[in-house]
Amino acid sequence: MSDGKEPRIGVYICHCGSNIAGTVDVEEVARWAGEHLPGVVVGRDYKFMCSSLGQELIEKDIHDLDLNRVVVGACSPHLHEATFRGACQRAGLNPFLFDMASLREQVSWVCADRAVATEKAKALIAGSVYRVAQNEPLEPIIVDINPNVLVVGGGVAGIQAALEIADAGYHVYLVDREPSIGGHMAQLDKTFPTLDCSACILTPKMFSAGTHKNITLLTYADVEKVDGFVGNFTAQIRQHARKVDVSLCTGCGVCQEKCPKKVIDDVFEAGLGYRKAVYTPFPQAVPKYPVIDVQNCTYFQKGSCKVCEKFCPTGAIKFDQQDELLTVNVGNVILATGYDLFDSRRIPQYGYGRLANVFTSMEFERLANASGPTNGKVVLRDGVTVPQSVAIVHCVGSRDRNYNSYCSAICCMQSLKFAHLVHERTGARVYNCYIDIRTPAKSYDEFYQRVLEEGTVFVRGKVAEVTDAARVPGEEGKLIVQVEDTLVGHQRRIPVDMVILSAGMEPRAGAKEVGKIFGISCSMDGWFIERHPKLDPVATMTEGIFIAGVCQGPKDIPASVSQGAAAAARVLGLICRGRISLEPVRAQVNQDQCSGCRICNNLCPFNAITFIEERGVTEINPALCQGCGTCVAACPAGAITGTHFSNTQVLAQIDGLLSVMA
Amino acid sequence: MKYSYFPGCSLEHNAEAYDSSSRAIAGPLGLELVEVDDWNCCGATEYISLNMTAALALIARNLAQATKNGLDQMIAPCSACYLNLSKCDRYMVTTPELAERLNTALAAGGLSYQGGTIKVRHLIDVITEDVGLKTLASKVTRPLKGLRVAPYYGCLISRPGLRISEHNPEYPVSLDEILEALGAEVVDFPLKTHCCGGHMTQISESTGFDLIRQLVKGASDYQADMIVTVCPMCHLNLDAFQNGMNNFFKTNYQVPVAYFTQMIGLAFGMSARQLGFGTSLVSAGPALAKIGEELPAAAPAAGATKRKRDDKSLPMPTPLAAGQGKGGSGKGQGQEVSR
Amino acid sequence: MTPTSNGWEPVIVGFSCNWCSYRAADSAGMARIKYAPNVRFIRLMCSGRVDPLFVLKAFADGADAVLISGCHPGDCHYITQNYKTLRRFALLKQTLTALGLEDGRLRLVWASAAEGTILAEEIDNMVADVRKLGPLNWKARTAQRVTAAAG
Repeated sequence: MSDGKEPRIGVYICHCGSNIAGTVDVEEVARWAGEHLPGVVVGRDYKFMCSSLGQELIEKDIHDLDLNRVVVGACSPHLHEATFRGACQRAGLNPFLFDMASLREQVSWVCADRAVATEKAKALIAGSVYRVAQNEPLEPIIVDINPNVLVVGGGVAGIQAALEIADAGYHVYLVDREPSIGGHMAQLDKTFPTLDCSACILTPKMFSAGTHKNITLLTYADVEKVDGFVGNFTAQIRQHARKVDVSLCTGCGVCQEKCPKKVIDDVFEAGLGYRKAVYTPFPQAVPKYPVIDVQNCTYFQKGSCKVCEKFCPTGAIKFDQQDELLTVNVGNVILATGYDLFDSRRIPQYGYGRLANVFTSMEFERLANASGPTNGKVVLRDGVTVPQSVAIVHCVGSRDRNYNSYCSAICCMQSLKFAHLVHERTGARVYNCYIDIRTPAKSYDEFYQRVLEEGTVFVRGKVAEVTDAARVPGEEGKLIVQVEDTLVGHQRRIPVDMVILSAGMEPRAGAKEVGKIFGISCSMDGWFIERHPKLDPVATMTEGIFIAGVCQGPKDIPASVSQGAAAAARVLGLICRGRISLEPVRAQVNQDQCSGCRICNNLCPFNAITFIEERGVTEINPALCQGCGTCVAACPAGAITGTHFSNTQVLAQIDGLLSVMA
Repeated sequence: MKYSYFPGCSLEHNAEAYDSSSRAIAGPLGLELVEVDDWNCCGATEYISLNMTAALALIARNLAQATKNGLDQMIAPCSACYLNLSKCDRYMVTTPELAERLNTALAAGGLSYQGGTIKVRHLIDVITEDVGLKTLASKVTRPLKGLRVAPYYGCLISRPGLRISEHNPEYPVSLDEILEALGAEVVDFPLKTHCCGGHMTQISESTGFDLIRQLVKGASDYQADMIVTVCPMCHLNLDAFQNGMNNFFKTNYQVPVAYFTQMIGLAFGMSARQLGFGTSLVSAGPALAKIGEELPAAAPAAGATKRKRDDKSLPMPTPLAAGQGKGGSGKGQGQEVSR
Repeated sequence: MTPTSNGWEPVIVGFSCNWCSYRAADSAGMARIKYAPNVRFIRLMCSGRVDPLFVLKAFADGADAVLISGCHPGDCHYITQNYKTLRRFALLKQTLTALGLEDGRLRLVWASAAEGTILAEEIDNMVADVRKLGPLNWKARTAQRVTAAAG
């Protein structure tokens, strides 16, 4: 041992109630460890080591028996390593002189044979004992937390997070890909269950975010690269050229008015309306500055026009404006990048894209919206006819093994909302075709009761087909919804004028790439992975990166707002502390042994390894080093040591694991 | 490209036009068809539901006979034959006990067959996959311009998991694409996979006729000049029973039905007579006249139509491109609309 | 799982990364999946930390096989380090084969945190394969060869 003293190791085997003790002979393992393993001074077993009494056992032994190393055999270190390190620390022992073996997740829960499990437990404990004898005391690395925060995504979750942090007095960079913040919520007409006008409740928040002295709004921008670590991130952001000088633009809108080029707006208007080549996405856009859609602008495509420049009263149109690359330094990042709507064209039997009067949920939102393409009139695709019967199809692309197995959480309430709106605006007969009605939150089921009472017809069945092929005279000229009415037990063909598909939510198309930029990963379905699905839904495995809103999984507006606020609270907590301690698991180069071969130089994705030309040796920056150990394994001279995972320690653990043989 | 050829009973009798047109276009398409020696009936759709093992043995005999050609692929133009042969071969691979029993039966005739030896192909798949639409289009000398055709697949070849070429069994497009390559105007026929009734006309006339009526009516409502099919059973129902159906419902539909191979032959410049036209009950005369006529006015180009000032109609979404699917529309593409 | 006739069971040393594969083992545990108990895991921060020295030491100390597991390529918590593991593994495998080690005694498995079932299955397969290969007895083998070469 480095300090010259003999190891005095305490071994503690947890019963974990009957979780471990039910399979592993814990008393035997504790006894055996105490009697047979080198350096072990005491071997105990206890019902719940993580309890305060369990921890006190350790603390007492450290004092009374002068222990200088501790091993606990219990659950996974991912659960309680910190707990036991804490116990050691309280008793005055360096927390890194502790090792933990997983006897539950890796032994008792996966092996039914008592004898075999006990033997494996012994092997793992032996491994830990041999290893911990080689552990060195380490001090955590303290880093400052930069109080700036980067929020990526300006939907309702991102806006909420940004406002909370800005109101607390810290600076936020709020980045959004689109020319305006607002996200999908800005497209909606009314929100359930209160039927508040979506824009009415969102725009005040958007306005606050746009004018807040602590928020730097970066719209029409993308984050391209992120370096660094918690408390110290550097982000490179590309501000795409709006072709408009925002310092001169007054938002008067003359350019949009005069622009002769009209295109279909398939982002904000969901393909149902039009915009100009120079445009703001919607009237209440924040910021109010327009952008020029270079792909569709006559000037950029053909070289002529320039009408907007001609009419702009302040000369704000700048055709030669270039993209700008900005670098910002922040301490924490909140990702609130939202979702994409399931593409209903993927289900051809529902006829979306072929049958004119089949609409998606987002198209219907725009239809119903007073500032939408029909000024809020619910009409068919011809723009004029009011439907007399409407069918609303639930679970399009959700709860479906052919597309997405998950439930999209909001579609039932959304479908009920549509039923209510159609009824209110047109008096049409409404059919909702559903699998289950999911109305879990506050006032949600009451809303369902209300819609029931309004006379909406509910058909429990998954729609098989929407077709225009009429069979009988009453079906001519209509869309026929073929569905099995499972409560009655027979097939129905329901002729309607209009069909609305409640399409599900899907992760954004580029979510995996975005995740890679920030060092987080996506689940099998494509949503960002949280640190713990029950207990930590806004944090990720990467310190300093948080997620909020639908990008973590389908949810409604109140839940998105809550998550935005939760992420903000976590970030504010870190900022309050001012500094955090990082695990001192790092690599360091012994420069006397380094031969300057530079094999390690290209191995670090965090740019922590640099070569010092003048001295011909390599150096590692402990602040940037993340402790993966790849360079440690690569060094042919063994000149790089990995603290807390040194060669000595790992080799000792191998010795220990293999010291127990049948 | 050499293949074993399994015509099946229908192609020898009521679907003779399918056989003659298939053989006629084989040459230009580069397909050499070697008929299976002494093949027998595949049992169609009935036998297998009465006595599965016996029915499969009957089918397996054809597979065994086919191996004598020394070719590893066999074309069956009839959808029922294709389905039966494919299923039998697959079952013999996945269920060794069944394969043993069938081989015991085959042994009585001095035959044997190992599952997986022959790859059974439907003629339509050989044309789309092996020949390819590009080659097909390049051989067209008389584009079927002006002819509105309703592609009809029938239910047998639409089963999920049966044909890997078809991306979505609910909405197959292989026949649509072939007809497009021939220059015809392909109707987006919503009933293209709906069942024609099979032998329902024999079991319950009203049910059978109603299924036929829906299909014919659908094609007619969509102003199709012809229904194009890939299966002799569908052809029989839609064509031979069309007048019976008309009598039953007091309707007056006259929608001719043709095999897709006949359409390919027409586009290759072959004569209607050579391709077996004239043997159906519903005359294809008026439809054929269309492609001998002068070309109709060109359809308006997709996309850049001039919108009237008071046109209140809302734009339609664009159709899904091949390979497209997951995710939203991305960063505002914007389709062009000039004013 | 059929054990060998004389009751010998392979002992396998496993190196797993802290992030994906250790969590995969945890998640197999949480799902109470029963799998072969022969693998004794050592937790490292990253599969890139696996020094070929560790593998040799494990064999020399009596292990019958070694399993290395980490995050799927592209998903490494440290971004690109598992690609290095992959390269090192390829060379190590070649070297060990040249030293007479049978195929199947050194295995690399990628498992993400959600793939407990997959990891368990891979371990079961590996143990079955190693059972067929029999005990390694590295030291005895090497000694035999040295004696053979010398005399």
